[in-house]
Amino acid sequence: MSEQMNDRRRGTFEVKRGLAENLKGGVIMDVVTADQARIAEDAGATAVMALERVPADIRVQGGVARMSDPDMIEGIKAAVTIPVMAKARIGHFVEAQILQSLGVDFIDESEVLTPADEAHHIDKFAFATPVVCGATNLGEALRRISEGAALIRSKGEAGTGNIVEAVRHLRSIIGDVRRIGQADAAELFDWAKRLQAPLPLVQEVAETGWLPVPLFCAGGVATPADAALVMQLGAEAVFVGSGIFKSGDPVKRAKAIVEATTHFADADILAKVSRGLGEAMTGIGMDDVTLKLADRGW
Amino acid sequence: MAARRVGVLALQGSYRRHAETCARLGASVIEVRTPADLAEVDALVLPGGESTTMSRLLDTSGLREPVAARLAEGMAAFGTCAGMILLAEDVADGRADQRSFGAIDLGVRRNAYGRQLDSFVAELDVTGLDGGPFHGVFIRAPMVERVGPGVTVLASHDDRPVLLRSGTVAVAAFHPELAHDDRVHDWFLQEVC
Repeated sequence: MSEQMNDRRRGTFEVKRGLAENLKGGVIMDVVTADQARIAEDAGATAVMALERVPADIRVQGGVARMSDPDMIEGIKAAVTIPVMAKARIGHFVEAQILQSLGVDFIDESEVLTPADEAHHIDKFAFATPVVCGATNLGEALRRISEGAALIRSKGEAGTGNIVEAVRHLRSIIGDVRRIGQADAAELFDWAKRLQAPLPLVQEVAETGWLPVPLFCAGGVATPADAALVMQLGAEAVFVGSGIFKSGDPVKRAKAIVEATTHFADADILAKVSRGLGEAMTGIGMDDVTLKLADRGW
Repeated sequence: MAARRVGVLALQGSYRRHAETCARLGASVIEVRTPADLAEVDALVLPGGESTTMSRLLDTSGLREPVAARLAEGMAAFGTCAGMILLAEDVADGRADQRSFGAIDLGVRRNAYGRQLDSFVAELDVTGLDGGPFHGVFIRAPMVERVGPGVTVLASHDDRPVLLRSGTVAVAAFHPELAHDDRVHDWFLQEVC
């Protein structure tokens, strides 16, 4: 290796955040097989999330949900040219170590899996692979960033096909970002206390008017209109879990959600891509949700 | 600058960062998602992101032919990372249905630097750029494998060209929009456009 090669700095926070920047404006799709991964890539997904069961099935089947089998993740990596993500349980840093060893491009420390630690999240600075975490409010988002998360997504309520929780989380996070932008220096101390978040990160939000990392939406996206709704609310990209492969025509729906995420503010295009998609996933009303995944994480 | 109205292809990727940078440098910036948007601009920036996604969206948005026609007429363009793939003549390791504009005579290989764990930052010496090295952010970057006649190499890293120009078309394997340094964009707007 030449001497010049050594001036490459890998795995820095900037490099990890850089991949999140590349994924903006796109759709990241949950896939459980290599065939689904190819369908997702064909449809224009920017990345796939490799997992054994989509959240809707985890809800129905119950039991402990864990990191996927490395063989399954390798199979999906071999099937596509776009980035591959995979999930580790909250606090399960060994699952994250294994995913890094497999060379996945992004690790999702996810409330969709059964938490492994009831007090501690993964120290994400310890990883060269970028890690994304869910959040329901700005305090939670900034705590995850203080632990090294390179990307934040709303939690929403995964596996429900119901967008209401993701909207709640995005409105909470983005609303507080706006309010902090209006706060004076003394008020920022109070914001840090109330959010239970590090003061320097609160000050950074006040100064830049945005989170220190990108903010994507996840949890409950089932239609092109859902994707456009969260983009108009301020999300910078969209994760779709059960919404595609639990629908009547996954190929058509996947393409439509990709187009809706790009043309999120163009109602004529949204009307066009929303036609004839077949059945959306059935979905669950919040009153009927017995297990609230968004409550996992601290 | 020659280009007053700079379009940023906003189908997917880090387009906002490009738009912010060009606006800081005094350009009037338009996000381009439709042929009508394209008709409003004098130059086009193609951002980093996923080239497979953007290639598909170029077809569905109806932008493929108009962009090709404008490039053939000599519209100035700057492609970074995935944008470089879209402007190149030959693309290796792309998808079979992925198409590029062939606006600059280069052969590039997609993801040739490796997966995300091989992404890196490195300081680059750029010909003609005052003020010291430029901070190069390489994210699952494409590699330039062939440089055609008439293409000028302005920066290299590990003997591989990473910033190139041919006439009114410029490309970078890295992400100048993520560098917190406006000098490469300034060069594009002042010198290339």
